[in-house]
Amino acid sequence: MTAPVADPAFLTRALLPDLVVSGGAMLLLLYGVWGPETEGRRRGLLLGALVTIAAATCATAFTAATLPRTGVGPLATDAFRWMADVVILLGTLLTLMVMRDHAPRARWALAEPAVLVLLAAGGMMLLAAARDLILVFLGIELMSVASYVLAGIDRRNPRSAEAALKYFLLGAFSTGFLLYGIALLYGATGTTDLARIGQALAAGPSVMATAGLGLLLVGFAFKVAAVPFHLWTPDVYDGAPTPVSGFFATAVKAATFTALVRVTLVAVSPTLVPWNEAVWWLAALTMIAGNAFAIRQRNLKRMLAYSSIAHAGFLLVAVATHTPAGAAAIQFYLLAYALATIGAFAVLSAVGEAADGILHARRLEGLWQVRPGLAMAMAVFMLALLGFPLAGGIGFFAKWYVLQAALQAPVPQTALSIILVVATVVSATFYLYVVMVMFMRPRPADAEAPAPTPAMTRLVIATAVVVILVFGVYPTPLVRVARASAASSFPAGR
Amino acid sequence: MIGASLFVSAVLFAIGVGGVLVRRNAIMLFMCVELMLNAVNLSFVALSRLHGVTGQVVVIFVMTVAAAEAAVGLAIIISAFRHFKSADLADIRLLGG
Repeated sequence: MTAPVADPAFLTRALLPDLVVSGGAMLLLLYGVWGPETEGRRRGLLLGALVTIAAATCATAFTAATLPRTGVGPLATDAFRWMADVVILLGTLLTLMVMRDHAPRARWALAEPAVLVLLAAGGMMLLAAARDLILVFLGIELMSVASYVLAGIDRRNPRSAEAALKYFLLGAFSTGFLLYGIALLYGATGTTDLARIGQALAAGPSVMATAGLGLLLVGFAFKVAAVPFHLWTPDVYDGAPTPVSGFFATAVKAATFTALVRVTLVAVSPTLVPWNEAVWWLAALTMIAGNAFAIRQRNLKRMLAYSSIAHAGFLLVAVATHTPAGAAAIQFYLLAYALATIGAFAVLSAVGEAADGILHARRLEGLWQVRPGLAMAMAVFMLALLGFPLAGGIGFFAKWYVLQAALQAPVPQTALSIILVVATVVSATFYLYVVMVMFMRPRPADAEAPAPTPAMTRLVIATAVVVILVFGVYPTPLVRVARASAASSFPAGR
Repeated sequence: MIGASLFVSAVLFAIGVGGVLVRRNAIMLFMCVELMLNAVNLSFVALSRLHGVTGQVVVIFVMTVAAAEAAVGLAIIISAFRHFKSADLADIRLLGG
């Protein structure tokens, strides 16, 4: 009944991390447009962005420590949100570092993309906090509008312009569905607050509420690129500059999944058949189609796009479990997947496109002979995405915990688990193909060696490899944190 | 009254969706998306007669976001037009395969 307002002082404190990121982005924008972009200014921009992210991380830690978890109100202040913020900020940080090296080589300015990435991160953090459908909408839009521009940031490149156009048109289209879903839910329940919607739906949803939930799910499916709403993904990831594609595949996906999990666990009861069946089918179709389409791809960015679709399917399995354990599995998975994916895109950025702008698998032939470090790192990322034990590090445990959550749920998702395992086996064909190309094919005689890998990109790749391998041997602390955060954020019965 | 408004809003939304699916010109597509958003706005205003002021607050947010989207979207369409000399999606097909 009431408007989504609360005590302003509390709201300001609860929004502190988001405000820090947005404020930092504004200051950086001012600095970026102050004069022509020189190497020194690029260094300053990166430093400013790093300071902003560090400040936002501190603000997140401070807010998490001082604000109690409240079960009401439009903004969540629970551990699930803080964990999601950390993943989002990490993805943003790594993206900015790769971008700093990529921008001068691709001859685009660094100021705009750096500011846009930070603004998008602000939207994502709002999305992770949203416990009200209006905030879900605003967070998604803040994130998406910045993302549309990011896809087209390489203005001289027609492929980038096409990616931006397609992303924009389909993104805006999906926003329409999301919003109509919110309107119908508001009409059926009289509120946009997730918890109150949950209470109203507990009695049994009306036709209007069911239609609203369906449209809401369609909107989310577009944003996380679930089959059959994935058609924009390969084109956008292919056309957008490589670090930007990495950002879309990780941070954007992580934030949207966080919101989807919150909507599912707070507003939708586990016994709501239409929603759960729809999520089940989305998960199954996404796993099967995503992996199947990836097999025949030899354009590496498109292959990683289909891989990101397939991983959305794996994550949807955890959403379908409808348990806090599933939420914990998702957070662990998102971290593992983000590290491997950003690392893979960083390697691709270091290898660079051919003259026609396409990153064909041929570019990696014999990479082992000229850049052994890059080849080893890429192999780790591919094995992590595949979920290979030990060599794939944390990726194996990510899939393991999703499977565990699926099988130990009150309603075990046995069929989905079987599809997940089969799909993972199938995915070995294209992940291992990349490894095979790098190590077992000879370097073509006419292929020039890639330019030396710039320092920041090297740092990103090394960090991702180390974290993936270390937590791949000893994932217990991470899992414990993820489980505790999910259990405290979604106590049973809410 | 509310029923009629909701019906009109649903029809407008359906026209918008149909337009997006049928049309192939980027600007027409964009206008159809705007039609969808405004159909939703109509729903919110109508429903706020039942449920209080929240619906009208949402409309303000939606209009603001739609304006931001229009600014960004038209700029993107122009930047694509510069490369392809067309706003027709049939001509903008570098990516694929």
